[in-house]
Amino acid sequence: MMSTKKFMYLNRRAPYGTVYALESLEVVLIAAAFEQDVSLAFIDDGVYQIVEGQNTDGIGMKNFSKTYHALGDYDINQLYVSAESLEERGLSADDLMPLVYEDEDDDWAEKPSVKVVSNAELSKILSEQDVCLSF
Amino acid sequence: MLHTVNKSSFERNSLQSCLNTIDDTSVVLLIEDGVICAANNANSSMLADLAAQGRVFALQGDVDARGISSKVADNIKLVDYAGFVDLVVEHGTAVSWL
Amino acid sequence: MKISIQINEGPYQHQASDSAYQFVKTAIEKGHEIFRVFFYHDGVDNASRFTVPPQDDRHIVNNWAELGIKNADGSDVELVVCVAAALRRGMLDESEAGKNGIDGNNIHPAFRISGLGQLIEAGIQSDRLVVFGD
Repeated sequence: MMSTKKFMYLNRRAPYGTVYALESLEVVLIAAAFEQDVSLAFIDDGVYQIVEGQNTDGIGMKNFSKTYHALGDYDINQLYVSAESLEERGLSADDLMPLVYEDEDDDWAEKPSVKVVSNAELSKILSEQDVCLSF
Repeated sequence: MLHTVNKSSFERNSLQSCLNTIDDTSVVLLIEDGVICAANNANSSMLADLAAQGRVFALQGDVDARGISSKVADNIKLVDYAGFVDLVVEHGTAVSWL
Repeated sequence: MKISIQINEGPYQHQASDSAYQFVKTAIEKGHEIFRVFFYHDGVDNASRFTVPPQDDRHIVNNWAELGIKNADGSDVELVVCVAAALRRGMLDESEAGKNGIDGNNIHPAFRISGLGQLIEAGIQSDRLVVFGD
């Protein structure tokens, strides 16, 4: 039986300007099949990856933001967003996509997957990880 | 944990982001352009505390390549690739700040 | 220890591939096992069999290909290229070229194309995973 490890996906870049946001998400979706303990961290410009209202019509690129909504279905529901990164960018939790998951341990109640956390809390979360992938 | 930073603090905020989330026991290894953070310059205060605690390392090869071996802060420990490997083995999870 | 590596950038453009190579070579010399080297994003370009770098400089693709392809215990160092990232960037082996009707292929035989699952598996099976990128 495979041991369960804590995997952290570190996202620090905005979407579209570079491919990292898209290809990082592609890893996460594959990771779902391996039933590990998966967390995503959105720090610095990475917070823009889950900002609500992305419209790519004017730049001829695929809008992949909808895909984040699927994470909940794959049991990926630990999305940590840096409070400081949001604030520096004039953003708040209200600007983020309402990503949710259904908690099977709580009668399938719908709960938010996104948790805005301080750098101090992020530090603790990071220190618990077994594997950290950076993109 | 081992945190590696591979960009100059003048180019990117990678070092700052690393420092914002590092815990009390992890160490930082500067590699590639990140070794510029090890030199005495306008941004030296960023690493001063950690370096004083002996928790900052820099890859010798990258320091030499950039001609700054005489500029590296005294309390930043220079390591070669063997030392890099040892740091990875010794400090658990590796986090790369790119 | 069992160590795996992820490389996010192509040869020459960024130092990532060079740094990773030096790390891997040294780790092997010290008796560690390199479980897998996984090439992602532009890192897939490290697998091109068509690079012709200047003679007086290192040949990055060949460095990887020739890595002794051996760990100290005799096991192979796996050089794995992510299929999705490779296809996107025009890096194809014979099989992928055939499947997609492309009349040529460019992956160096020392590298193996495979899925993202190989990266996750590397993280699960290894004691350490180190990422080199930009």
